[in-house]
Amino acid sequence: MRVKVLSRNPDDYVRETKLDLQRVPRNYDPALHPFEVAREYTRALNATKLERVFAKPFLSSLDGHRDGVNCMAKHPKSLSTVLSGACDGEVKIWNLTRRQCIRTIQAHEGFVRGMCARFCGTSFFTVGDDKTVKQWKMESPEYGEEEEPIHTILGKTVYTGIDHHWKEPVFATCGHQVDIWDEQRTSPKCSLTWGFDSISSVKFNPIETYLLGSCASDRNIVLYDMRKSTPLKKVILNMRTNTLCWNPMEAFIFTAANEDYNLYTFDMRFLESPVMVHMDHVSAVLDVDYSPTGKEFVSASFDKSIRIFPVDKGHSREVYHTKRMQHVITVKWTSDNKYILCGSDEMNIRLWKANASEKLGVLAPREKAAMNYNQKLKEKFQFHPQIRRIAQHRHLPKSIYCQIKEQRIMREARRRKELNRRKHSKPGSVPLVPERKKHIVAVVK
Amino acid sequence: MLWAVVAPPAPCPANLRRPRRARAVPESPGTPSEAGTVVSVPRSLPGPPRSPPVLPPRRRTRCHATRTSQERALRQGARARRDTRWRFAAVPACGAMAEEEDLAAAAAGSGSESEEGEDGERRHRQLLEAISALSGRKRRKLAERSEASGQVSEFNVTCKGAGEKLVLSELLQPIHPKSTLGSVRKELARVKRKAAVELPLSKEEAKRVVREAAYVTTSKDVGKWQQVVLQNRRAEQLVFPLRQDIATVTPLERATSAWKARTPLEQEIFGLLHKTQQPITDPLLTAEEMASVQAMSLEEARHRRAELQKARAVQSYYEAKARRAKRIKSKKYHRMLKKSRRRQALKEFEQLHKSDPAAALARLEELEQLRMQERMSLKHQSKGKWARSRAIMAKYDLEARKAMQEQLARNKELMQKVRVEPPEEEPCELPEGDTPALPVPTGASAANPWMLGKPNGPATEPEAQEGPRDDTVPDAVENKDEMEEEELSEEEALLQDFEQKRRERTGILQGHSEEHGADETEPGAEQPRDSPVPPACSEELGDSPVPSVCAEELVSAGLELPPQAQEQLLLSEQLHHVQTMEDMENLAKEEFVEEQEKLVAPRAGKQAQQQEAGRAGDRHTKKTTTKRKMISLEAVLDGKPQEMDCPSLPVVLEEEEGGMEQRGMITEAFAGDDVVADFRREKRKAEEAAKPRPVNLVLPGWGEWGGTGLKPSTRKIKRFLIKPPPAPPRKDRHLPHVILSEKRNIHAAAHQVSELPFPFEQHQQFEQSMRTPVGSTWNTQRAFQKLTAPRVITRTGHIIQPISAEDVPDTAPGSGARLGGEAMPGRKAVLRGKAVPKGKAVPKGKAVEGKAAGGKAQPQHRRAR
Repeated sequence: MRVKVLSRNPDDYVRETKLDLQRVPRNYDPALHPFEVAREYTRALNATKLERVFAKPFLSSLDGHRDGVNCMAKHPKSLSTVLSGACDGEVKIWNLTRRQCIRTIQAHEGFVRGMCARFCGTSFFTVGDDKTVKQWKMESPEYGEEEEPIHTILGKTVYTGIDHHWKEPVFATCGHQVDIWDEQRTSPKCSLTWGFDSISSVKFNPIETYLLGSCASDRNIVLYDMRKSTPLKKVILNMRTNTLCWNPMEAFIFTAANEDYNLYTFDMRFLESPVMVHMDHVSAVLDVDYSPTGKEFVSASFDKSIRIFPVDKGHSREVYHTKRMQHVITVKWTSDNKYILCGSDEMNIRLWKANASEKLGVLAPREKAAMNYNQKLKEKFQFHPQIRRIAQHRHLPKSIYCQIKEQRIMREARRRKELNRRKHSKPGSVPLVPERKKHIVAVVK
Repeated sequence: MLWAVVAPPAPCPANLRRPRRARAVPESPGTPSEAGTVVSVPRSLPGPPRSPPVLPPRRRTRCHATRTSQERALRQGARARRDTRWRFAAVPACGAMAEEEDLAAAAAGSGSESEEGEDGERRHRQLLEAISALSGRKRRKLAERSEASGQVSEFNVTCKGAGEKLVLSELLQPIHPKSTLGSVRKELARVKRKAAVELPLSKEEAKRVVREAAYVTTSKDVGKWQQVVLQNRRAEQLVFPLRQDIATVTPLERATSAWKARTPLEQEIFGLLHKTQQPITDPLLTAEEMASVQAMSLEEARHRRAELQKARAVQSYYEAKARRAKRIKSKKYHRMLKKSRRRQALKEFEQLHKSDPAAALARLEELEQLRMQERMSLKHQSKGKWARSRAIMAKYDLEARKAMQEQLARNKELMQKVRVEPPEEEPCELPEGDTPALPVPTGASAANPWMLGKPNGPATEPEAQEGPRDDTVPDAVENKDEMEEEELSEEEALLQDFEQKRRERTGILQGHSEEHGADETEPGAEQPRDSPVPPACSEELGDSPVPSVCAEELVSAGLELPPQAQEQLLLSEQLHHVQTMEDMENLAKEEFVEEQEKLVAPRAGKQAQQQEAGRAGDRHTKKTTTKRKMISLEAVLDGKPQEMDCPSLPVVLEEEEGGMEQRGMITEAFAGDDVVADFRREKRKAEEAAKPRPVNLVLPGWGEWGGTGLKPSTRKIKRFLIKPPPAPPRKDRHLPHVILSEKRNIHAAAHQVSELPFPFEQHQQFEQSMRTPVGSTWNTQRAFQKLTAPRVITRTGHIIQPISAEDVPDTAPGSGARLGGEAMPGRKAVLRGKAVPKGKAVPKGKAVEGKAAGGKAQPQHRRAR
């Protein structure tokens, strides 16, 4: 007689080593899991809470400068190296892994206005208030050798900014005009002008490397083409633009940091209106830098905070501040998309995580899977009020908080006034100007 | 036309109008006005007045007509320059024009009788003026102007056509084509065809044009990234850095060719390598390997390899087995092993004897030698230490006795001078065919064929087990097969023995402590393992209670059990083993009876009663019934859910034996609370609460006496108790086990999305996206990984360079080829409709109704028990 018994192949349930996880056979029939939504919701809520609990973005502060940090530059080949220039003309090179200054140079008299590293990472350039452009070696001098620049170019006017070409030995400075220099020569290859004003910053496009963008103090942003040595177009905004940054993944997109507390992302082909207006700061935006993935950017503001904006969102996803951080003058996003560096008035450079709650270090595969899952859950349930409330909660210093409130009131009042005006005047006489168009004064061909 | 602007010499419209006005307005009180006030004609003017403003244009056209007629010849030439020409020709034509006008005026005048007098006077004046103009007063008249002119000199001198050019070709126009000047004309025409160089633009404008052109070309250049950018924005997953460095392995020959041995050590190594013909260059096989490769076909090689593998596996298996066997401490086992070896050797020897007598003889000699040695040594006499100890022990121990007997037998055997004698220690290989089940199967694994090398043999017959104990006495090697089997089952028999002994002990124990309920189960649990026992054990253990139970059980087969036994009925453990179909049928009968009992039980049975019944006989009966019970198909299939008197009982899946047991336990545990009744009560309450209540507007004391003890009249109550319309039927009225609350749950609302979030267009989309779970609890591992794949992957410590043309394949920079449209390298741009809201791309629909996260879904909540 045959007796049927339940029997299973041990291969299906016996683990190979005792360190393995127990294999749990599952039935995925949805009819058997009626509470999936509720369970996932709970998980999402927990993930959100944990994210907030673990959000400790501040990593360290690099101190050593004796004046406010005015400019910074990333090393193009080394992630652990960063350069900074201060308002007393001092340039420091930092090692981020050791969090130490590895070299100090008295580069200029007066401010170091701008600095940039050469694309190969062997040398870097600085410009200062002493009307000079200096090229320095990246590695420190040998024992007994003098700390001297490789080249020094004496100019007629003060240079306010510098940027290096991404592929060729060419760099651009700005001041009264945009000068494009060959590294080998002491006079500019060509000078690009359009009107007369002091230009505060110039940036090479990282993808179409012959393109340049600059912003001047007569409130305009000018684009140049290096090949034709001609300006291309000028867009005039309501207020002055402090600096701009090109998107490293999208050739025609750049973002301008404006004095009117906003950032404007432009498509250079359609300058009539910005693609996106990013508003959240409560004081002038002083610097902006794109993440190397081109999905987000970080902005430094006079309101003593830095904010991270997604490129396609009008508001920031993150705000970083500390009690001691003063007006942030310069900010950089490291090339591995992990960290953010900001230099501020009170002489410190701060290192932040780009993703506040990210766990640093090597992750086990299970950790990684859990992280991805949590991320997905947060994304899925982001519209639920409880989760959104937790996810969006940030602590702000009182000054910023109050200013935000104040500005909200002002904006509301302005809006109301406009509404009233429209209501009480002839239809069509008070046109509805979209927010994107409001800030553009003109586009000059 | 310019000629209209320049005042014609003689007939100025202002001059003409003035006298006419003077004549036409005598009746009117107004005084003759100046030229400037011409337009204001008094209303009291009788008859249809000829409107004064009409006149000058008419005249003008007329004048134009005459002029054109005059100059028809001129006009045939260059039409483009007509105005200039006119200016040029105007001066000489002036006088003639005036005359012509007069004529025309006369013709017009004759047509209308009423204006005759007026016209006559006017014509007269015109004539006078014309004459005066001819007489040289022309210049003075000219200075009298009414319209703006560019050329006015302070001396009232106008130079007609001052800015005009005199074009030679026009002068030559009237020349007859045949004349000698024809060649000149041709040349002139040729000169005219040459376009003049335009003036250079101003510097500013020139720059602007350059800028515009540059901007257009540059934006077009940049625009070639459009596709790439869009694709990246839409991509499900982006992996950075975009350019993944693929670790390329440089071929060995390249590495070696670039490298040369310099140091003596290196040279030595190289020399050695070359000596052994170790190939450094391409084919990477030694000469021998090459030869072998050539010698053997692929099939053959594969075959051989498989063989080798098999051999290796077998070898390792035997090694393992030998090791295992060696570790076994059981003497009995080793004895058996020895015996079997002996037998084996004997068999072999016989075979050898048949096949090769010479070898067999030699072997025999050897064996004889061995035997002799054995005999001499007298190892098997009962003189040794061990033998003596056995002799002492033999009084008490069966084993020892047996061993002694064995030894004696052996001794006898050896002392006899026999021709054929199996040697004791014969080196022979391990038996291959009959592998005794060395690892004694444990209880758990015995049930599981997977755990064993081969399935366990069927349980031996009880007779066979009883037998070996007696047969172990070594009589002779008469029946080898039988012997072998005996050997095989010996160990099992031994086990059985132990088992029995233990059972005896437990039986006794049971007899002593009948009160313990736990003991009941023990024999039952053992039951399946020691299957063959019952008949034998009932003989042996006649005094113990268990067999009496067995006996009783047989008696009580057809009896109906008292209702107190219902709890134990759920269990179905028995003592005896059911092996044959007849047994099964018997069981089925019993089953039926039990079934009936079970059905009867709930009606009558209560635990309290059961407690009361404490008699031993009862317990016995209970035991028997539990033990007799067994799974049968009918029991499983026909087992109806127990019918409760409540219609709203939640359906419980009828389970097998184990489930019933479980259920029994649960019933016992939750005997006190009647969940179903509770639920019904709750539902009734909910229904009551949902009913609309009548509004009581009765004011006691209004319109009648009020006070303590006084009630408002029924009439009033009837009037002022307002009954609301009946509520719509409840949704759960046909669902007895569900309460559907249609109230909006405020606590849940705090967790729900109140308005449709941005990328979604319909709330169904959103709900669908919510309903699809992503966790590994609900998805297979693969699906889970896919669903939770991060949008952006970066590698720690890698610098992400800006995108460049090299990252985009099929693009020659500068060749004008469009970037994008193609798949990117290192980028899983798997387009799964990601651009659309997530809800659209939901893979699977679920039949389950999502509860919690419906968008602005209807606030419906289901409470199911």
